[in-house]
Amino acid sequence: MALLTCKNLKLGYETGVVIDDLSFTVNNGDYLCIVGENGSGKTTLMKTLLGLHSPISGSVATGDGLRHDQIGYLPQQTVVQRDFPATVWEIVLSGCQNRCGMRPFYNKEEKRLAMKNIVRMGLGELTKRCYRELSGGQQQRVLLARALCATQQLILLDEPVSGLDPKVTADMYSLIDDINKRDGITVIMISHDMNAAVEYASHILHIGDRIFFGTTAEYIRSGIGFAGGKGGGMDA
Amino acid sequence: MPAVKGAGWMLDKLMMSLQFPFVQYALIVGVLIALCSALLGVTLVLKRFSFIGDGLSHVAFGAMAIAAVLNLSNELLLVLPVTVVCAVLLLRTGKNTKIKGDAAIAMISVGALAIGYLIMNLFSTSTNLTGDVCSTLVGSVSILTLTPAEVWLCVILSIAVMVIFVLFYNKIFAVTFDESFAKATGTKTDAYNLLIAVIIAVIIVLAMNLVGSLLISALIIFPALSAMRVFKSFKAVTICSAVLSVICALTGLMISILAETPVGSTIVAADIVAFAVFWIAGSIMNRA
Repeated sequence: MALLTCKNLKLGYETGVVIDDLSFTVNNGDYLCIVGENGSGKTTLMKTLLGLHSPISGSVATGDGLRHDQIGYLPQQTVVQRDFPATVWEIVLSGCQNRCGMRPFYNKEEKRLAMKNIVRMGLGELTKRCYRELSGGQQQRVLLARALCATQQLILLDEPVSGLDPKVTADMYSLIDDINKRDGITVIMISHDMNAAVEYASHILHIGDRIFFGTTAEYIRSGIGFAGGKGGGMDA
Repeated sequence: MPAVKGAGWMLDKLMMSLQFPFVQYALIVGVLIALCSALLGVTLVLKRFSFIGDGLSHVAFGAMAIAAVLNLSNELLLVLPVTVVCAVLLLRTGKNTKIKGDAAIAMISVGALAIGYLIMNLFSTSTNLTGDVCSTLVGSVSILTLTPAEVWLCVILSIAVMVIFVLFYNKIFAVTFDESFAKATGTKTDAYNLLIAVIIAVIIVLAMNLVGSLLISALIIFPALSAMRVFKSFKAVTICSAVLSVICALTGLMISILAETPVGSTIVAADIVAFAVFWIAGSIMNRA
């Protein structure tokens, strides 16, 4: 049974349909990149996978013992967060919220998990530092550590490298690759960066005028992303 | 030595005032309201809802005008539910794209103010209408005319607010920092937004007695903004904001007793002074 199965998804808002008849499956250990032009519905699709947005028709089913609230999520940064007075520790720990249920406070095990993920992301020195004082790359790693607290199986990343410089971008990609290969966590990532998508991902989902889903090798052979999509794929 | 004599006179006057039950009531209610409003203030400021206090207080003013005209014995029975409903509606509009949050607040705010004053003008039997309106708006006397029943109600509601805040502290943090992450990982964000709306409505109705409906926003936002200048963790900001708010409320109350100034504006003035101090302290710390 696949980790995530989408069948005949039709997504959109009151203003119109964004994606029509999309089907794909994600298996345990996959690294899936979602690519496509701006406005092609990548974020809408991700929100649907997370259950934040309901599809017009079609279904998203989880399998392999994955519970819907146990998907780690790294959203795009909001204005609210940029000047938020909170420490790295408080933010990463809040990723354990789905383990608490109605219990009001975090237990020892959750605190240990948060600490483990902080160290894992190389933020050990910054535990007590304020989020708003960190660099863009450090902030993304904090949010990644929080996402890892929420999941053991599947992590969804919405443009994790946007706004980062090339060096930090490369570090971020290798960190994500490491999470996928070493910890065996399935990764679904939205990306604008076609080169990185082809380099790291095991599967590619291209949405837009033409929909493509398959392995990276098949994607390169099909030539979809590189023929017409390159200009649209490289924008900020 | 006039300075010493002055200090002695002040202490005497303060001690004498504290003998009166109405002064004791004012202190109790003042401290509790200041504490509650500061706790929620941090969340509201960070969620960009600073002005909801202003909007809701005007709604409460309008409801109070209607209650006065209807000659209700206990105004709170009408004012509280109306304000809670409006709070829920306002927090909802944050997501609704038809009328943006700030526009909705402005609309409800001035609308309720206008209707409230109109109703009071048309139907009020009072001989001192301007005085009534003025005291509701800037709360000049109402805190000194509290009945024991009102004090008890305020104590119970304040304790309820504090208990709820402590129990849901981690969830409130998660919802404030990142609503979509919280929702994706199974936190019932709509329920917590509703909870925050109800609590804030309760606080505003209570705080009307203290500072009047025009100045409530000050109680909600000043301590939070001051604390954010200096502290860097959510917990420290929340605690500092609460402590600071209580200190400012006590200072303001004492000064208003001694100098016979209006209670509400004196407390807000104390909050402004504290904000200035924290602003300077924050700038110095950041430069160091």
